[in-house]
Amino acid sequence: MFKNFKIITAMAFAVVAAGFSSSANAGVEGDTITLGSALSLTGKYATNGLHTQRGYDFAVDRINSTGGVMVGGKSYKLTVKYYDDESTPARGAQLAERLIQQDGVEFMLGPYSSGMTKAIAPVSEKFGVPMIEAEGASRSLFTQGYKYLFAVLSTTDLYLPGALNFAADQKKSIGKPASDARVAMAFEGDPFSMDIRAGLVEMIKDYGMKLVIDDQLPADLSDMSTTLTKVKALKPDILIISGHSKGAATAARQIDEMKINVPIIAMTHCEAAKVHEKFPNAATGFLCPTQWVPGIDKKDAMFGSAADWNADFKAAHPSYSSVPYQSAQASAAVYVWKEAFEAANSFDKKAVRDAIAGVEMQTFYGDVKFGPDGNNVAKPMFLRQIGSDGSYNLVSSFSDLTYPRNVSY
Amino acid sequence: MFDNLQLLFVWAPIINVQVILDGIFVGAVFALCAYGLALVWGVMNIKNLAQGDFVILGGYLALVLHSWNLPLPVILVIVTIVMFVYGWSIYALIIRRIVDKDMFVSLLATFGLSLLMQQAMNLYFGPEVQTIDMKLPVIDAFDNMVTIPYSKIISLALAGIITAAVVIFMKKSRTGQAIRATAQDARAARVLGIDTDRVYAFTFAFNSALCGAAGVLVSVIWVIQPFYGITYSVRTFAIVTAAGLGNLPGVISAAFGIGLFEKYTGMIVGTAYEVAAPVMILLLVLIIRQINMKRNRQVVR
Repeated sequence: MFKNFKIITAMAFAVVAAGFSSSANAGVEGDTITLGSALSLTGKYATNGLHTQRGYDFAVDRINSTGGVMVGGKSYKLTVKYYDDESTPARGAQLAERLIQQDGVEFMLGPYSSGMTKAIAPVSEKFGVPMIEAEGASRSLFTQGYKYLFAVLSTTDLYLPGALNFAADQKKSIGKPASDARVAMAFEGDPFSMDIRAGLVEMIKDYGMKLVIDDQLPADLSDMSTTLTKVKALKPDILIISGHSKGAATAARQIDEMKINVPIIAMTHCEAAKVHEKFPNAATGFLCPTQWVPGIDKKDAMFGSAADWNADFKAAHPSYSSVPYQSAQASAAVYVWKEAFEAANSFDKKAVRDAIAGVEMQTFYGDVKFGPDGNNVAKPMFLRQIGSDGSYNLVSSFSDLTYPRNVSY
Repeated sequence: MFDNLQLLFVWAPIINVQVILDGIFVGAVFALCAYGLALVWGVMNIKNLAQGDFVILGGYLALVLHSWNLPLPVILVIVTIVMFVYGWSIYALIIRRIVDKDMFVSLLATFGLSLLMQQAMNLYFGPEVQTIDMKLPVIDAFDNMVTIPYSKIISLALAGIITAAVVIFMKKSRTGQAIRATAQDARAARVLGIDTDRVYAFTFAFNSALCGAAGVLVSVIWVIQPFYGITYSVRTFAIVTAAGLGNLPGVISAAFGIGLFEKYTGMIVGTAYEVAAPVMILLLVLIIRQINMKRNRQVVR
């Protein structure tokens, strides 16, 4: 009796162990390659999480319907296993571990936002699982020496220097030194915004400009009128704001209400917050950094030109009046996975990782080439100015800029 | 920080007017939900951690009604009624069962309710920051140094009307008297034939309606998001603790005081500390109370 019990227990263990070992190969099973991603489908990043997911899915469908991924002469289909990280970093790290250890995922797509990527990257790094991410731009992600983290987008230090250069150019154009420019900044305290700020502070020092306001905004950003009151009193030449979509929405609303009249206003996430639709008066002339615009002259064999991708994506998701760049870069990340698998011609994690590091390609999203730190060094950042009709116009030099911004409150 | 002080008092003293006005608008909105909290706390000893989420829910209801092109006073009335019914059903479902339980049960239950409401609003309305744009003009004075949107003036007036109505209601009406009697001594009130269960239900629903009204004003003056409730909860707790329970003039003056303190803190040390300001007041009040109580404490030997 007792002996039987032992045998049964042993068998049970064997069955369980077999179950585990079979699931450990789920990275590639049959003719399917599973990419794993913890994405913010609920919580405060849910909107952008959804943009990202749609971008991933759009690229997966396109790749699968055009022959899939060819490895060792065989065609594989891509599929993405998603978990909802509820926009909380701790949950993201947990889910990354679950994807890798329980679900046996061997290749990852990134989450949304720098904060979430910061939580997940150490996990994928620990297990040697390569991750191509499209939504974590914080410069500090690429100073940690991670070997398995790659990003198709430009890092935060490239977001807003252009706007500051315009302020300098404006002073020069009226025969004054750039150091005459007076700068006001308001940033949320999250890693993304703080990174942008650090880069700008450096530049302001180099130019010798005067930083007249340097406020930090709270995370529950529903009122920034005190900062704007100061702006009104100090009349800076340029106002720079970053606080994700909620920061952009709050800022635009109160800039409108308080009739703030700064000649150059630059902020992140204008499109995501739809400031051009909700506050057309105030938003006229805002400078918005963007990772990608449909008008650029880039193309690839999979998606066609930037404009083609834009049109196809809009056709697939008619609810977008203008397509967020978050979706474009998500599609680009999936495309890089296909290239990397085909270049590696294997599913060995190490070999695939090295193949990603060697990728050099042109996509509809821009050129992709990873630097030694894993960030994309081939793609520039763009600045667009909102016109009075709500259009976003690419601004590449000061002469393209409507200065001062043309508002009528 | 020194620059900011100079700015306020030397370079452009006129912006004090703006800061004070903003503080008053903040205070007026807080006074409403703080009074509701003081009632619920004082009458039934429930510390409602979902207070801020009631405010945000009121804001979202207003947003929906606004999209139907209803005028603001109508929106206010409808939201108040809907939130009253909502409060009554929450009482019947949850609060009734925890009225006599100890403090932690009420904290846990209302905290759970708060989480539930946040996630439900997030699912239904989405995590976007939203706002009601009344498209009303803005008054500007002193060479555009001070701007007062009409929407804020209207909100202030509405808040004033609601507060006056509440004062009269509590003083004159039978229900108001019953609420006050129950707050003073529930058992005695029951002996005298007051249906305390009904009074509790009414009080909770009344609080919910007040929060809803505050939420309408919040969505008109600022912006709302499903997770912004917590800041309103914290502020109302600070106000009620500072003012004491069942003290309407105290609650109102504390609300205005905290509103002003918040705005000046934001002005002088930075916007990020605005939310921290009421918590600091809460801490100070508790410390001072402790010291005072220690002084008066006597030991019976």
